Amino acid sequence: MHVPIGSALLAVAVLALLVVSASVGTVDVPPGDAARLIIGHLVPGMPWMHDGSLDPLQDQAVWRFRLPRALLAATAGAGLALAGAIMQAVVRNPLAEPYILGVSSAAGMGAVLVIVLGSAAVAGLTVHTAAFTAAVAASVLVAVLAQKRGTLAPTRMILTGVALGSLFSAVTSYLTITTDAQNVYSVLFFLLGSVSAATMGSLAAPAAALAVAAVVVAVNARGMNALMSGEESATALGVRVVRLRLVLLVTASLLTGAVVSVAGGIGFVGLVVPHVARILVGGDHRRLLPIAVLGGAAFLLLADLLARTVAAPTEVPIGIVTALVGAPFFLWLMRRDGAAQAGLDR
Amino acid sequence: MTVEFDGVGVRLGGTEVVRDVSFTVPRGSVVGLLGANGSGKSTLLRTLYGAVRPHAGEVRIDGVPVRRLRPRERARKVAVVLQDTAADADMTALEAVLLGRTPHGRGFGADRAEDLRAAHGALERVGAAEVAGRPLAALSGGFRQRVSLARAIAQDGEVLVLDEPTNHLDIEHQLELMHLVADLGRTTVAVLHDLNLAAAHCDTVAVLHRGGLAAAGPPRDVLTAAVVREVFAVDAITLTRPDTGAPVLAFDRAAHRTENDPAPHTERTPCDADSPPSPPSSPEPSSSPDAAPASPPRTAPPPRTR
Repeated sequence: MHVPIGSALLAVAVLALLVVSASVGTVDVPPGDAARLIIGHLVPGMPWMHDGSLDPLQDQAVWRFRLPRALLAATAGAGLALAGAIMQAVVRNPLAEPYILGVSSAAGMGAVLVIVLGSAAVAGLTVHTAAFTAAVAASVLVAVLAQKRGTLAPTRMILTGVALGSLFSAVTSYLTITTDAQNVYSVLFFLLGSVSAATMGSLAAPAAALAVAAVVVAVNARGMNALMSGEESATALGVRVVRLRLVLLVTASLLTGAVVSVAGGIGFVGLVVPHVARILVGGDHRRLLPIAVLGGAAFLLLADLLARTVAAPTEVPIGIVTALVGAPFFLWLMRRDGAAQAGLDR
Repeated sequence: MTVEFDGVGVRLGGTEVVRDVSFTVPRGSVVGLLGANGSGKSTLLRTLYGAVRPHAGEVRIDGVPVRRLRPRERARKVAVVLQDTAADADMTALEAVLLGRTPHGRGFGADRAEDLRAAHGALERVGAAEVAGRPLAALSGGFRQRVSLARAIAQDGEVLVLDEPTNHLDIEHQLELMHLVADLGRTTVAVLHDLNLAAAHCDTVAVLHRGGLAAAGPPRDVLTAAVVREVFAVDAITLTRPDTGAPVLAFDRAAHRTENDPAPHTERTPCDADSPPSPPSSPEPSSSPDAAPASPPRTAPPPRTR
């Protein structure tokens, strides 16, 4: 696949999905009107915003509810795919994903603490801030517990993360099972992941984290490639391996924490989208990362659209859709001949 | 570029695995680093490409200590061929060779024309142009090693470091690789296991024994029966090739020694002594005169060019 053309197609797909997402729902808004509303809010002085051709109810539905939700889906998809690609490069393990270091379990625990015990009991933190604080604290804890003589060995990090993740999940499960029945729905809602409660304000943290992470990987893409040939080889190629690994892990953890604290533990995207990108364009991170980021955004937008419409007016949790749609597609892709080149036959 | 090892000592996990090693690799010459398993050869090599830092002495490239060089700078001077690298990575041969351009580029940009030219040129040079687009995992050991060498060529360092480059190669590919290396004309340090390959293709050999330099000099002077017995614990006789006059070694297990062999084999050779072997520049062997027959010739290292 030609990367610039593929990236351009994916970018167009993301924009189109944003508009479709903004137009679909109980309040009827044709896609053209949805596009005009979005442009009208972004570019001042558009005539159709004041000539009465658009209903304030439509404006409300598109700008206040649907667009933030679609943007959060896109940001979360892009962020999780990028964090997954980073993790897979750092620990050189195809099973690596954004949640492998216990970040999502910690965020879940933070959120559930607030839901179950109430905000006042957790230093007045909201669900989002408690989740983010717990995610960052967990990343620091993993790094501290996994380091030995000043180095962070990938295997040690994974095992530390998995162990801490189980610990956090145990706390979460205990809180969930002992709390009032009315809290359980909120807890499950968070743990399964959802973008439905998005506001323009809640988008800021994940979007900022995504931008920072994009800059970090853009600067270090060659180093990430070298890392794939082994630590010794990367050192010989002039890469500061220990420092690069640390920078990438911090980046991926913050990005994951920022996404999970707003959108909950949406599964499957961070594990599979980087693999799909690798099958399509190969292992060079300068090619893989743009495709993974745009592909993650498009995939989660599509998943959210399906989650809202398939069983309307009931919403299916987005994490169920990502797995139901994504797993068969991935299995099909994996069985194609070209997939062998992505290192799947080892 | 000249490479100097000056009193290099390396500790790994509290154990001194290399101690007080000094020798010089003159510009453009091929030096073979020999020694038994665990003698510190690879560790000494690693000091040259910055993977390990000596606790004593220093390694200099054209007079500049390696530790003073920034990693990218160092990688533009020293290219490394490791044992069968990157075979597990999901890369094509061309992508693997392009990794050699890592220290020459920055950021996200696509490979520049000069990077591609260097990579294709390097693949051509090692006779692997036809496998450029094939995944590394699908290549034979011979081709993989050629791709590794091509990466080092594309890296464009004047110093070439090879760690057991002929491992897993059949005899034809071993000879081919050594000729390729010699033809490159770079300042080369190669860890080799095959003493005959070293004797035939190296200008100088340096023999490590338990972390210390046991001998250094031209292969004919260094690879004597006494040195081989001490360092590798096998008996050897040196023959001379009638066509080229180059030395050829034949080996036998030390247990199979004949009775008229002058040196009785003992478990304790001079290098077992607690005192480290003296650097080769030392005029007096540190071992006792009684053990002299088994002690290696303290060949002077090649003249240092500063």
